[in-house]
Amino acid sequence: MGLKTFSGGIHPHDNKVYSKDKKIEILPIPQKIVIPLSQHIGSPSKPIVQVGDEVLAGQKIADAGGFVSIPMHSSISGKVTKLAKFNHPTGITVQGIEITGDGEDKWVELSDDTNYMDLPANEMKDRISKAGICGMGGAGFPTHVKLSPPEGKTIDTIILNGVECEPYLTADYRIMLEQTEDIISGLKILMKVVDAKNGVVGIEANKPDAIKIFKNLLKTEKNIKVVGLHLKYPQGAEKQLIYASTKRKVPSKGGLPMDVKVVVQNVGTAIAVYEAVRYNKPLVERVITVSGKIVKDPKNIKARIGTYYSDLLEFCGGTTEEIGKVISGGPMMGFAIPSLDTPMTKGSSGLLLFNKKEAHKKQEDVCLHCGRCVDICPMNLVPSLIAHHVRNNDWDSAEKFGVMDCIKCGSCAYVCPSHIKLIQWIDIGKIKVSESRQK
Amino acid sequence: MNDVFAVSAAPHIKQKISISSVMWQVVLALTPALLVGIFFFGIQSLLLTLYAVVAAVSTEALIQRFRKVPITVSDGSAVVTGILVAFNLNTSSPWWLPVVGAVFAIAIGKQIFGGLGFNIFNPALLGRAFLVASWPTLTTAGWKPTNPMSSIFQSSINGLSNLPSNVPAVITSATPLGVVKALRDTTQISRDMANTVMDNLASMNTLNELFLGNIGGVLGEVSAAALLIGAAFLAWKHIIEWRIPVSYIGTVFILIYVFGGINGIFSASILLPVFHILSGGLILGAFFMATDMVTSPVTKKGRLIFGMGCGILTVVIRLIGGYPEGVSYSILLMNITVPLIDRYTTPKAFGEVKR
Ligand code: SF4
Ligand code: SF4
Repeated sequence: MGLKTFSGGIHPHDNKVYSKDKKIEILPIPQKIVIPLSQHIGSPSKPIVQVGDEVLAGQKIADAGGFVSIPMHSSISGKVTKLAKFNHPTGITVQGIEITGDGEDKWVELSDDTNYMDLPANEMKDRISKAGICGMGGAGFPTHVKLSPPEGKTIDTIILNGVECEPYLTADYRIMLEQTEDIISGLKILMKVVDAKNGVVGIEANKPDAIKIFKNLLKTEKNIKVVGLHLKYPQGAEKQLIYASTKRKVPSKGGLPMDVKVVVQNVGTAIAVYEAVRYNKPLVERVITVSGKIVKDPKNIKARIGTYYSDLLEFCGGTTEEIGKVISGGPMMGFAIPSLDTPMTKGSSGLLLFNKKEAHKKQEDVCLHCGRCVDICPMNLVPSLIAHHVRNNDWDSAEKFGVMDCIKCGSCAYVCPSHIKLIQWIDIGKIKVSESRQK
Repeated sequence: MNDVFAVSAAPHIKQKISISSVMWQVVLALTPALLVGIFFFGIQSLLLTLYAVVAAVSTEALIQRFRKVPITVSDGSAVVTGILVAFNLNTSSPWWLPVVGAVFAIAIGKQIFGGLGFNIFNPALLGRAFLVASWPTLTTAGWKPTNPMSSIFQSSINGLSNLPSNVPAVITSATPLGVVKALRDTTQISRDMANTVMDNLASMNTLNELFLGNIGGVLGEVSAAALLIGAAFLAWKHIIEWRIPVSYIGTVFILIYVFGGINGIFSASILLPVFHILSGGLILGAFFMATDMVTSPVTKKGRLIFGMGCGILTVVIRLIGGYPEGVSYSILLMNITVPLIDRYTTPKAFGEVKR
């Protein structure tokens, strides 16, 4: 198939069997949801409702907090019952809006522009920005910002990320099989918005049926190609994906995909874009994988944003064993969270449940200097030395060794025989270096 | 639901690998060579290895007990050191030689620096260097007197009349590289004659014997084939990586081919470098000692430089220096340079542009 890839990377067991053949199921409207005001990168959204207000599904309840921000919408109809701090899928607590449902699922009025492709690019972008769309692969960068290159920069390629290289997760896989046409429509809209000539759909080789469906549907499209990618983690990391599919290297030290004329969007985001432009529908639901060895009935679930993880797990029949760890996102880059009383956000791609044994933490040994982490780092860094400098509070050296270039893919920690908590050290390093930069 | 679950930084899955799994796989990889040693030299090989291993492990345990740090001998790293010390000894060594070597290796080579991960030198090589310096005669390996090699060497001088009477004795009593060195240095026979003997030496026949292991020398340099089987296993398991062994051996090959001949540059036969690579512990050194994780560079470019440095030093020692082998000293010398190499070979991050 002429698979493409990047250098470095690892091959964790993909564990997708639990949920990959499960059709997307729709979760019944939950009784209560929480819309966190930070679901994205950028300033938090500003609430425009008060406790007691009646809201409809799809109604805006918070304004964007600036250009690099997004508005939030209620995902169910009901009443605002609380404005407070709630658990967040990244393990912290943030301000959010609690809505108690009326069980009726009344919606704001949506439209249907069948000729949506004739809309001017500006109008499309406006609809995307009003729909509160941010990257749904995890990072959560506001989509309209990615689609607004600064004066003088042009975009020639939109890459849709259908790699889903995180083990266990199958949500993107399912939408690629079940909503292929919506994804392609989204891609065409994205291409039109930034006037990009080329479109690419990047899919990992472990999803041959998805590759086939896309290839079939895109047979007649000369400027959109489907790129099969080697099965390797982190194939779906933005810079690695861009390199694998276009051979362009995003400059290090803060370079952006647009520096190489590329914008990358997740396949889920493409659906949200399509629905926003055609139906004026805000982003209030997404597909999430609930999985793990101990989940009774792992599923891919289409659920409203703000649904509690506990409701999702209940829908899957709970667990067969005592829970040892709850992970929001994938096992490589996701967050371990202390409680299932946590609402899902626009970036929630997975909810994983591990038993006590799988959650077992290993003691950190001394670094053997073995270089395994160096061999696999997709960013070509020396993780062991970065960790070493952070440990010694030597922020300058940590920066020199590229701590800011690390994409936190976790591959280094995965292969380390000494169980060095490389990501933890790198995290500290990133925080300290950006603090000292601000000074 | 008010449970509070364990939180920790990502990643939440981990490859099944630990220090001990790495070390025990190295032990496994050294086993074929040990078996070949037992086959050719008898049970003495096994005993010497056991002495060294027991001495290494108990020294480590005792010192860790004394230092009041966790006792980690089950991680297998002391076992590896013990085996490597024994592999560097002549099989006719007395029992206490491996013991002294292993104690020195662990105590001075490793624990003084703070234990595994902090040592600068390869402990086993430091142990060997100590033994060589203290008991030079015991540690100089000789030919196994009754093996087919002697006859090969005999035949390499057949037909050469008017050889000084001591030459056959030199040839049949030293290690292969000892003979080569003697031939280079000798003034008793003509250059041409020395050259002929050398060419005879580095013949396919000899190389075969060297490869399979039917020769004299120290335990671990006996069979290149057995060592390579172990090395292939480690490479497959990603425990050793190609850069150090390939650059080490490649450098030796090129330099010996260019400078190794007796009659000046490029006078060596193409078989001579192979002869050098298969003898004098180079295979053992390149695959199992230069690749020691703790004492070799972490960066990829650094590993290439390190291997090349080992190769250059080995050839310099063999051709110009006083020792015929040179592998251990080269690696020990290069060990010192590792922090420096790492510092100056920091790779460019993916996407980094030259400024
Ligand atoms: S250093 Fe960063 S980029 Fe490199 S492997 Fe580790 S987490 Fe991934
Ligand atoms: S993999 Fe672990 S032990 Fe090996 S060099 Fe990297 S941090 Fe050190």
